[in-house]
Formats: sequence, C-alpha cells, structure tokens
Amino acid sequence: MSEFLVAVLKLVFLGTMWVFILFAANVIKTDMFGRTVATNSPELNSLNEPPQKHRGRRRKSPKGLANALTVITGRSTGATASLEDTIVIGRASDADIVIDDDYSSTRHARVIRSGSGTWMVHDLNSTNGTYVNGVRITTPTKVSLGDIIRIGRTQLKLES
Amino acid sequence: MSAITAPGNVVVYRKRRNTELLMDIVALSIGLGAWALTHLNTSGTIPPEWPWLVGMWGGLGLVLHILVRWRLPFADPLILPTVLLLNGLGLAMIHRIDLIPDPAKHDATTQLIWTGLGAALFLVVIIGLRDHRSLQRFPYLLFLAGIALLLLPLVPGLGVEQFGSRIWIRVGPFSFQPAEVAKIVLAIAFAAYLVERRDVLALAGRHVLGIGFPRLRDLGPIMIMWAASLAVLVFQNDLGTSLLFFGLFVMMLYVATQRAGWPILGTALFAIGAVAAYYYTAHVKVRVGAWLYPFDNFDRNLQVISAQFGYAWGGLTGRGWGLGRPGLTPLAKSDFIAAALGEEIGVLGLMAIIMLYGLLVARGLRMALACRDPFGKLLAAGLSFVFALQVFAIIGGVTRLLPLTGLTTPFMSQGGSSMISNWVIAGILLVISHQARRPIRPMDEDHDSAAGVISLADDDTRLI
Repeated sequence: MSEFLVAVLKLVFLGTMWVFILFAANVIKTDMFGRTVATNSPELNSLNEPPQKHRGRRRKSPKGLANALTVITGRSTGATASLEDTIVIGRASDADIVIDDDYSSTRHARVIRSGSGTWMVHDLNSTNGTYVNGVRITTPTKVSLGDIIRIGRTQLKLES
Repeated sequence: MSAITAPGNVVVYRKRRNTELLMDIVALSIGLGAWALTHLNTSGTIPPEWPWLVGMWGGLGLVLHILVRWRLPFADPLILPTVLLLNGLGLAMIHRIDLIPDPAKHDATTQLIWTGLGAALFLVVIIGLRDHRSLQRFPYLLFLAGIALLLLPLVPGLGVEQFGSRIWIRVGPFSFQPAEVAKIVLAIAFAAYLVERRDVLALAGRHVLGIGFPRLRDLGPIMIMWAASLAVLVFQNDLGTSLLFFGLFVMMLYVATQRAGWPILGTALFAIGAVAAYYYTAHVKVRVGAWLYPFDNFDRNLQVISAQFGYAWGGLTGRGWGLGRPGLTPLAKSDFIAAALGEEIGVLGLMAIIMLYGLLVARGLRMALACRDPFGKLLAAGLSFVFALQVFAIIGGVTRLLPLTGLTTPFMSQGGSSMISNWVIAGILLVISHQARRPIRPMDEDHDSAAGVISLADDDTRLI
C-alpha cells in the first residue's frame, strides 16, 4: 500500500475512535437528568415491569386478619415481612424489616402479637417516634388490618 | 439521590437500548478495523478468514446486546460498548504482536477464548443476579474468602513465581491469578461491611485541626487490610496488587463515612509501608530506580526504556497498525500493552483509550450517585475505583509517571483471570445501573390504600 493510503487509513481509524468518544459524551449529556413523569401517567406503567399479580385474598374482606407488614412509602417501598410473633423495624441490618430512612432509628419499633389477629406496636425509644394512623404513640398501641404505621418518612401498612 | 422528587412525580431515565446497539456496532467495527489494518499494513491483503472473524466478534457483541436488552432494559448504555471497544483493541494488539515472530503465535486466539468465557460469566451475572442487594448477605465470609484468595499464592506447592512476583497459582496445566477474583469478592465484602458499620466509623472519634479521626478500637479492619497488603508486597513482591487493595479499602471507607481522616490515615500507613519496602526489599528499589533513572542501567531497565522509545517513535498519530516495532519490549502483550498501542496508534490513540477508561469510571460513579440503596452506591463506587486505580497505576507506570507496578490493563492485557474478573465487574455494574435507573413504582392504583396514606408531617421529625 502507498504511504499516503496508510496515513489516511490511520487517521480514519483514530478519527473513528474519537467520534465514538464524542458520541458517548453526547449520550452522557442527554442522560444527565431523567424526565419527570407523573406517577399516575400511563407512560410509567408501560415503562415499568408488569405489576405483580394480586393475591386473590388481599381484597377479600377488610375485616380479615393481618398477615403481613409492608412498606408503602419511602426508599424501602416494597419491603415486606409476614407477621410472626415479633417484628423489629429499623435501620439495623438484622431488623426484620430494614428501612433505609435517615429519619429512622437503628431499632425503631417492634410489632408483637397479642392474641389472635391483633398486634401491638411498641416504640423502642426512637428519636423521632412512631405514629399509628397519624398519631404519635406513647404506649404500646393495638393495630389491625389496614392500619398505617409511620416511622421517620416511611409508612408501613398491615395487610392481609 | 432519591428518585422520588415530589409526591406524584417520578424521575424516569430513558432506556437508550438503541443508542447502545449503535455504539456496540461502532465499537465492534473499530476492533475489527484494527485487525484489518494490521494485515493491510503488513502484507497488503486481508486474510481470507475475515468473514469468520467478523461473524464471531459481531455475534458475541450482538448476543451480549440482546441479553442486556432483555434482562436489564434500563442498564447504562455506555458500559457495554466501551468494554467491547477496549477488548477489541486489546485483542487486535495481541494478534499484531503474535505476527512478529516468524512462525506466528496464536496468543490472540487464546485471548479470544478467554474473552468468550468472560462474556459468558457476564451473562451469568446479568441473568442470575437480578438485584445486587442479594450480594450483601455475607460480608465477613466474603472478607475472609477475599483475604484467603489474596494470600493463596503464598501457599507452598500451589503458588508459583513468575517475572519476580508470586501472584499466580498453578493447578495442573492451568495457572491463575487469584487476586483478580479477590478484587470483586473484597469490593462486595467492604461495601456490605461499611453499610452496616458506617455510622460508627463516621461519627465516633475526635477532631484534630477540623479533621475527624477515628477511635483506636475502630481501626481493626483498616489495620487488617494494611497487614494483608504489606504481606502481598513483601512476600509476593507485588507492588500493584498491594496498592490496589489497600487503595480500594481506604477509598470505600472514605465514600462510606465522608470523613477525611480515613484517607489521611490510609495514605500515611501506605507511605510507611512503601518507605519500609523501599529500604528492606530489593524489588521496590529496582522499580523506583527504573522510574527515576532508567538510563543508568540499560540492561536492567530495558523494558521501561524500550517502552519510552516506542512512544517517541509513535509520536502524535503513531506508526499505524502493524508498522511499529512493539515486539522489542518484553511483555508487550500483557503489562506493556499500553506502550505497544502508544507506538502504533500514537498519543492520539492512547489518549482515546484513557478517555474510554475515564468514561467507564465516570459511568460507574454516576451510577453510584443514582443508586437508591447505600450498598449499591458503595459497590458501584468501589468497582469503578478499582478500574480507575488499576488504569492509573499501569498506564502511569508504563509512561513513567509512577514507578511501574505489575497490574493488568483492564480488558486489554493478555491473561485470563483478569479478563474474566473484569467482565464480571462490568456485569455487576450493569445490574446496579439497571436497578438505579429503573423507575420505581410508588404505591399506586393497584394498592387499595393509596388514598389512605396520610401526608407526612415533617415539622417535628429530626434527621438522625
């Protein structure tokens, strides 16, 4: 091959590498901020994975027994634990429900069974307190299906 | 950074899978172009087996792309193309050096097989590991496993010494660098441990001159890592591995605690270790000598000197693929592949390669910022820092910015263990990026209680 052709090909090769980098820089630029989408827009649903199938019994009767405690708002949304005899909620990694919330204490609250179908929430001397249905609790408080417990900025709901 | 901005709004990232496909194609073509140019420049023809090569390399890229599209639709669009481009350039350069001796060698074929294995493990990671948080479970076990792997080459009968460093183990016909696997295992272990303990490590202790220093009893882990790194340095004679692991740990401590005392302490400990190693081991003295005064001993520093001549001969745009003489440098395929590339594609090409590594690291750190859980943040930051430190140490060493440390150039150097573990790291980063960029579904219409959620009264709530 002629020297000229070698030089041209060499430059084309280097040029392609730098075009790749500039293209990547452009991708980074356009990817810097996501778009804000309303949670109820259909677009989000199409983007997301299909919603989990409802367990049939979930809505059967609002008077049923609570079987699980699920995080419904906050960064740990979706975390869940089935109601055993005792559930500890907090930031500690050995808590039964680990919530990633800067406003929660390490071991924040405990949910204990008290008879069939009723549960008591105990605040474990947390800094910011535990709320049941919007009211800060000072003594162990009875909760049942549908009640909402708030810890820091995280809310948990008793579900069937 | 939380993905939820205001009640009722969610930040959505675009998937950009088609952008990734386009960039994959460009990346694969650059690798193939390097191979074709090598043959055009040396013999004037392209070997007849080119359709096979195009099919194999293109097929590999396509399979990876399709599986990422299927499993991780929200994954970062830049990581896979960048990795494919770096890997392609590395393969092309190894093949080019293969052609120098008269019966040409076939190291590039072996390397291609390793790439295939690495890509297969990459697929195992992206298919098997849906959520990186499942890696969080066994910090102490992983820590012990990592340290054991790191020190494995010291076991008599198992470890072998090559090129002055005892970092390989040999089982039957296979030799292997366990430190490459330890890199991943320890990054996971550090991230899990630090998520658990960061409060104590960040807050307890006293302040000196405005900088927080930790308590004596919290120094256990950093001292263990320091001792392990020194053991690697002294008994395995490996400066690079030692630097890599200690640096990784100190950096992750800093990210987890945001406390300047840790890197200061870490640097001081490393400096003590390095000075002691300089005075008490011959190995480090040789490396520092080759860095500062290479021309004092031509025979001993031949490798470094030859690399410098290579850069000089390459100049701005390089000699062109196949037209330099990278074979003169010992170990041009592995440790000194950056020198071979610098000679043939010049400073412009080498800078492009460094930019590509920079892109990879930047995307990893971007993911650490976007990730929602602290474990993912730390792991992404740690794994990208591994790349950053490794590239800085080896390219810095080859270009004589730093004393030479025998680290591999990720995705480029010849060597199976490194190739495999780097592909696994790329896989983990992609999984984290998918989790970070995926829009989370706030409790919505399928939840019967959406209306019943009480608004959050933040007035009396304190951050702890």
